[in-house]
Amino acid sequence: MMERPNPNELLAEVSAADGQRVRGKLKVYFGYAAGVGKTYAMLESARRLQAEGADLVVGYVEPHDRPETEALLEGLEALPPLLVPHRGVSVREFDLDAALVRRPQVLLVDELAHSNARELRHAKRWQDVEELLDAGIDVWTTCNVQHIESLNDVVAQISGIVMRETVPDDFFARAQEVALIDLPPEDLLDRLKQGKVYLPEEAERALRGFFKKGTLTALREMALRRTAERIHVDVERARQIRGDQRSWATRESLLVCVGPSPTSANVIRSAKRLARSMQAELVAVHVENAGSKQLDSAERAQLLANLKLATRLGAETVTLAGIDPVAETLEYAQRRNVTKIIIGKSKPASGWFGHKDSLSDRLIRDSGHIDVVVVRGVGESLPPVSLSLPPQSSSLAAWLFTAATLVFCTIASWVWHFFDFTEANLVMTYLAGVVFISFRFGLWPSVVASVAAVLLFDVFFTLPHYTVAVHDSQYLVTFAVMLVVALSIVALSNRVKSQANLSKRNERRTEALYRLSRKLNGIMGSEFLIAEAERTVAQVFGGEVAILLPKDGRLLPVFGHEASFVSNPNEIAVAEWVLHHDQIAGAGTDTLPAAQGLYCPLSSPHQTVGVLAIRHRDVEELVLPEPRSLLEAFTTMIALALERDRLTLDNQAAQVKAETEELRSTLLASISHDIRTPLAVIAGASSSLMQEQTRPIDPKTRQDLLATMMEESDRLTRLVDNLLRLTQLSSGRVQIEKEWHPLEEVIGSALRAVDSLLVGREVCIHLPDGLPMGHFDAILIHQLLVNLLQNAARYTPEGSPIEINGANEGEITVIEVADRGPGISPSELETVFQTFERGRAQRSDSRGSGLGLAICSVIAKVHGGKISARTRDAGGTVFRLQLPGGGAPPPRESPDEEAEDP
Amino acid sequence: MIPTSPLIGIIEDEVSIRKFLRTSLQAEGFSVLEAASAREWIVLAKKDVPDVLIIDLGLPDRDGKDLIKEIRSSSMIPIIILSARDQEKEKIAALDAGADDYLTKPFSMAELFARLRVALRHRQQAEKSTPEIPAIYEYDGVRVDLVTRRVFREGNEVKLTKLEFKLLELMIHQSGRVLTHRWLLKEIWGPHQLQEVHHLRVFVANLRKKLERDTARPSIILTETGIGYRLADSSFLSPPS
Repeated sequence: MMERPNPNELLAEVSAADGQRVRGKLKVYFGYAAGVGKTYAMLESARRLQAEGADLVVGYVEPHDRPETEALLEGLEALPPLLVPHRGVSVREFDLDAALVRRPQVLLVDELAHSNARELRHAKRWQDVEELLDAGIDVWTTCNVQHIESLNDVVAQISGIVMRETVPDDFFARAQEVALIDLPPEDLLDRLKQGKVYLPEEAERALRGFFKKGTLTALREMALRRTAERIHVDVERARQIRGDQRSWATRESLLVCVGPSPTSANVIRSAKRLARSMQAELVAVHVENAGSKQLDSAERAQLLANLKLATRLGAETVTLAGIDPVAETLEYAQRRNVTKIIIGKSKPASGWFGHKDSLSDRLIRDSGHIDVVVVRGVGESLPPVSLSLPPQSSSLAAWLFTAATLVFCTIASWVWHFFDFTEANLVMTYLAGVVFISFRFGLWPSVVASVAAVLLFDVFFTLPHYTVAVHDSQYLVTFAVMLVVALSIVALSNRVKSQANLSKRNERRTEALYRLSRKLNGIMGSEFLIAEAERTVAQVFGGEVAILLPKDGRLLPVFGHEASFVSNPNEIAVAEWVLHHDQIAGAGTDTLPAAQGLYCPLSSPHQTVGVLAIRHRDVEELVLPEPRSLLEAFTTMIALALERDRLTLDNQAAQVKAETEELRSTLLASISHDIRTPLAVIAGASSSLMQEQTRPIDPKTRQDLLATMMEESDRLTRLVDNLLRLTQLSSGRVQIEKEWHPLEEVIGSALRAVDSLLVGREVCIHLPDGLPMGHFDAILIHQLLVNLLQNAARYTPEGSPIEINGANEGEITVIEVADRGPGISPSELETVFQTFERGRAQRSDSRGSGLGLAICSVIAKVHGGKISARTRDAGGTVFRLQLPGGGAPPPRESPDEEAEDP
Repeated sequence: MIPTSPLIGIIEDEVSIRKFLRTSLQAEGFSVLEAASAREWIVLAKKDVPDVLIIDLGLPDRDGKDLIKEIRSSSMIPIIILSARDQEKEKIAALDAGADDYLTKPFSMAELFARLRVALRHRQQAEKSTPEIPAIYEYDGVRVDLVTRRVFREGNEVKLTKLEFKLLELMIHQSGRVLTHRWLLKEIWGPHQLQEVHHLRVFVANLRKKLERDTARPSIILTETGIGYRLADSSFLSPPS
């Protein structure tokens, strides 16, 4: 194809040297008819390559029972054909999955244009080849010129046969190598006579017409030209890669108008040929007005087919919405810098008053600097249906109401007439009736009503009464004006209504999109996001909607959907294909069309995050360009929302990690002193004891040293315990297990743990009788109390008393630990609970490394309670722990029986 | 009663702890059998059968709980587990799996010897064809006569309810041993009675009120926070002065 390489493509080509390696290369053996020897040539080259030691496999070759071909196949590795049951018979097909598993370096696949059996993954063989190339396998294939999509209609003209099996131009153009297999038509006809050319039996008679010298010569010329064009492109490309600075004329841009008529297809093909010869890009435009919704199903199908054809030919398809197709097309063309508009010849549209300009005439008149090329459509040239006013569906009820309105107008007029009102009033009454009808009941009832109104006025209110005839010829003017006004009203109101419908539909879609974006933005958590997205998509497009996300290497619907179509393994397989290829597939598309649902990838710029599945009654409607682009907008938005959600989670995790890291490093820095001190003491004391043999130590010193070692070990143990607890608590890994506990039990266990530290002190415990149980995690509260008691023991003068009070204030459980130490300065009462905060009065009351109280504070916090410190009236500090209750505490009395008798 | 030189099995991967245990135990007259891993132990256990087994919960090659279950399936040998401070869950799981007692590192040798003595005594009891149940429990001013079912504190009789007495009797039979909440609940209310742990706590609190001098500083029924209770062992611990 003569696609002029643009700089970006070239850049891509140069820099994607490995890209080329990743994607397989396509080589096409190209001929002008069956029997020229494409398959033969392909197999010959294959044998040569195999002789050189290449890993080459025959994926599929049509057998045709030709001895020469079969001889060549001998000795080549071949994949067994896939036997597909199709309408009662078994059909031989190419086994794509086997080929993907085998992964040879080069794979031979005959007949590129072949249409696959419906049961297979792709509708066309060239799509199989595409997948092979994507998988990095080089493919050799064969193709005839008449199968090239854009030449399809020309071939049909020459040969009288329409080829149903076609290959998109784009795909053909991407072949790295095209080998033309040529044979003079005379020789081909000779071979045909000798029976060396295989023709399928059922098509034999039809194809006989194909094999005429004239036809073959024309086809051969086309094939040669096509190949020559390719060579030209190759040369251009090479020159560009070498850095030739030749400047290009500004890129041409062509626009072709697409309508629902069958001739439109020919126009599209002509446009494509023109675009190729001009090396221009092609945009196919269809203008949808409110009326095109009312196209009958055959027309809709045709329109859809035409748009699909344009896509296959490599054109960009755009659907515009508006009342006036000419204005819409021109406006779009100007926006896109289109240089030429191609349109089929159309009959003048019939207007209300004689002939209106045809669409092409108006385009030519209004196009300004844009060229308009009018091409002939083959066959009957129908005016584009999308231009006509929408045929309103007219039910019986509408007609009855129309009649009733007219009767009402007549009665009212009768009344005016009775009171001798002027006739203008009567005319106005009828016009009012027509306005009402045209707004309520659509086009045809209102047109009929316009005429009927004139007739009724004539019959009932002009002399002579009750006949059509009139005495006064002035009335003829009245009738004419009345009719013109009525019909104008009808035309205007109809236009207003169509416009309103159209904008309503657009508005609905825009609003849906906006609503989805707003909702998705406000939602955290992928499951909520997906629930919302599924709901909105179902609302807008209808049908059954499910979103599938990959989980543990498998693609699964996020919500159960047990009864739904997505639970079917075959459907999941389609969804997985979509996820891996990032392409739409399933019902309504060319890929895996046998699926129940339509599957759209949820692609964000970085990856395909999942798949959206829709099962819809009219799935064909969804793949029309306009709904499809809306669907794509939806899927992109959902994908972005999901990705945003994931990133937020990752961010949070990273933040927590960073904070934990920071805590750890600060912790280490600040406690290294607290670790080193006891270690130094233990090491020193033990080394003294080791020297006992050389230098005797008296028993008292010896005992002192041992006691010091013991004490410092305890200190170290406490430090490590606290550290451990703090990291556990701050990492959020600790699950607190609240249970009901009598306060004396946890106070008792804490006192026992610090027993040795409290020797020689008076410990007063005040617990009121019948104090309800508290609701807490005993292990944590035990640790909290141990820390408070250790602090009290360490930082208050020896022998000074410690008080423990338990109380219940409403639902809140309170435990206080009070000492008679030097106290904490008022400014530090708050900060003393922060990590690494140590009382300033180091000498008098320095509460450990600050870890102990920090842990107390964290423990209180995880219980939903708090801890505070205050100075006592007569000196000392009170630590007060408040814990929230957990509802009504269970009774303290055992629900037990009578005391046992002795 | 106690064999002259009981054999203590130690499964512990830390060399220094093994060394310290060996030295201290041998000094006290015990024989020692050491293994650094569960695998090593299985080989050793084929030759010698120890009287008590000490298992570290943090073995490198085996989950301590599984190992205990395996040993329990074939032997009733007393098992004492060594655990770190942050292994509360594992500790309870190991006790439920059949371990008899536990020690939290770091521990003093005095604690270890106390546990060992209790374990050896219970083992001997279990080995006798007719277990010899002590008729009298006496500790820190409390005297319980299991035959006449009477309880005295400082010489004055204390009235207990049936369930309280049942609980006390149960604990006396296992005196010196740690008793998990779950085990006690099952023994008192039966395996299918799903009482909450706080019911047990209420019972214990009431029992303490009747027996202890100061319920907030109990000397007879000791709390093992997060695990259960332990009745002071009258035979070996002398009451505080």
